[in-house]
Amino acid sequence: MAESPLAARGPSRLLGHFWMVLGIIVVVFPVYYVFIASTHSTQTILRPPLPLVPGPEGLQNYGEAFSGRIGQIGGVSLWRLLGNTTVVALGIAIGKIAISMASAYAIVFFRFPLRMACFWLIFITLMLPVEVRIQPTYKVMVDLGLIDSYPGLILPLIASATATLLFRQFFMTIPDELLEAARVDGAGPWRFFRDILWPLSLTNVAAIFVIQFIYGWTQYLWPLLVTNSNEMNTIVIALRKMISFADADTPWNLVMVTSVLAILPPILVVVLMQRWFVKGLVETEK
Amino acid sequence: MRRTVFPHRFLPWLLLAPQLAITLIFFYWPAGQAFRQSMLKEDPFGLKSSFVGLANFRRVLSDPNYLNALQVTAVFSALVAFIPMAIALFLAVQAEKIVRGKGLYRTLMIWPYAVAPAIAGMLWLFMFNPSFGTLAWPLRQLGINWNPLLNGNHAMILVVAAAAWKQISYNFLFFVAGLQAIPRSLLEAAAIDGASRRHAFWTIVFPLLAPTTFFLLVVNTVYALFDTFGIIHAVTGGGPGKATETLVYKVYNDGFVNLIMGDSAAQSVILMLIVIALTAFQFRFIERRVHYG
Repeated sequence: MAESPLAARGPSRLLGHFWMVLGIIVVVFPVYYVFIASTHSTQTILRPPLPLVPGPEGLQNYGEAFSGRIGQIGGVSLWRLLGNTTVVALGIAIGKIAISMASAYAIVFFRFPLRMACFWLIFITLMLPVEVRIQPTYKVMVDLGLIDSYPGLILPLIASATATLLFRQFFMTIPDELLEAARVDGAGPWRFFRDILWPLSLTNVAAIFVIQFIYGWTQYLWPLLVTNSNEMNTIVIALRKMISFADADTPWNLVMVTSVLAILPPILVVVLMQRWFVKGLVETEK
Repeated sequence: MRRTVFPHRFLPWLLLAPQLAITLIFFYWPAGQAFRQSMLKEDPFGLKSSFVGLANFRRVLSDPNYLNALQVTAVFSALVAFIPMAIALFLAVQAEKIVRGKGLYRTLMIWPYAVAPAIAGMLWLFMFNPSFGTLAWPLRQLGINWNPLLNGNHAMILVVAAAAWKQISYNFLFFVAGLQAIPRSLLEAAAIDGASRRHAFWTIVFPLLAPTTFFLLVVNTVYALFDTFGIIHAVTGGGPGKATETLVYKVYNDGFVNLIMGDSAAQSVILMLIVIALTAFQFRFIERRVHYG
């Protein structure tokens, strides 16, 4: 990369490093703090200030958290919570990509009556986030018997105006000649999609996948509403249920371990897939 | 407009069916119900309901608790929209000064994006809770009676901090992208004219970043209004008193805890109008942005 026109020299550049390090400390400290706390015993955690280096109880805390069941949330195991959250996050990410790609494909590569009406119908859902229709959506879930089920946690969240818009925009940049050539060679809609469009879409798919995986993993309001049983909780909701400042029995060491496990997978996804993440974020613009 | 298309007539509907089914069942039908319920008065058992026109809206809008939630939301959103933007812009400019190590800084800077809002709230509560928070401890040593669980202002500071912290990543990435799009020649010309860096920043860089800034302002506002429900629910539960009860939290609370359907629906409709206004605003600016180049 070429040197930025804003790049500085000497003391000014050093000052830049200084502020960046300070900024990073503010940004990373809460995550570091909870990690450190997860390696100490409850007694140490409850006696401030917490030492800022890892303690000796780390292995024991993680072992206890993974092998046992957590009483505060009805004896559900951590494995179960991580499993639920993974299913929900993957379900939402893959589901969104599948149905948005299908609709964008229909809108761009076919001509049929009400085509643009369908497009607007999908587009307007941007203006109807769950938060503005909580109660009636909940009632629909009850009527369909989807409470405490994976489809209940996933389905209502997989409609996506933004993903559809992005795929539509991308499909429109595919030159007509490509489609003509494919048709001359006798390719139908499925062959064209599988052999030409899908390989071309891979970077976009990866970008949307990262964004939507994070979106699915970090959901709160919806899992809170549609899960009553502790068995079906996502890890974020379970964590909320474990914490009580009034209750002297709160196992703070296990709370810290659970927090770390709730934070780590999405951070890993963002960091390891950084290139697609930044592309997805800056290009979808929401 | 595409010249070549596939001739199928039935297949496109099949492809659209899943998305349309989900939007109709989980978006349009409930939104329609919210409108309908907002004009009905139901008895507490949901057995009978009668049409009351705009009475629910009139009651909601004159309810001191709703006006309080409106005020809390205004303060909360303004702070959450502005603070991460200011911090992110400052850091993005610092990052541009640097030549080596930018990648590492960026990698560490994007962490909070991956943290669920509710967990962001809990992390800040761990650090700042009055009983064992390591960072609350020095505050108490200094003689400040810090207690976000009892003091409304302290609670507000805590949820704003958590919400703003989480949003720094997003703003940072957009400002970095915005800064990289600024034409080199303009800055070189300014340097030749002897403009100081500070002067060049305020007269050239900052105005050219305006589209990004406006965009982030809208995104941050939408985030503050809707995505921070988890923070409020997990950290303060709207309290103490009603000091951190935002509009979205109140809709949830009235609909699911207090079970006042008509009022909750009327509040939903008001929120819907707010989202529509914000989205329209956002798209106006995005279009502008395209014209800027």
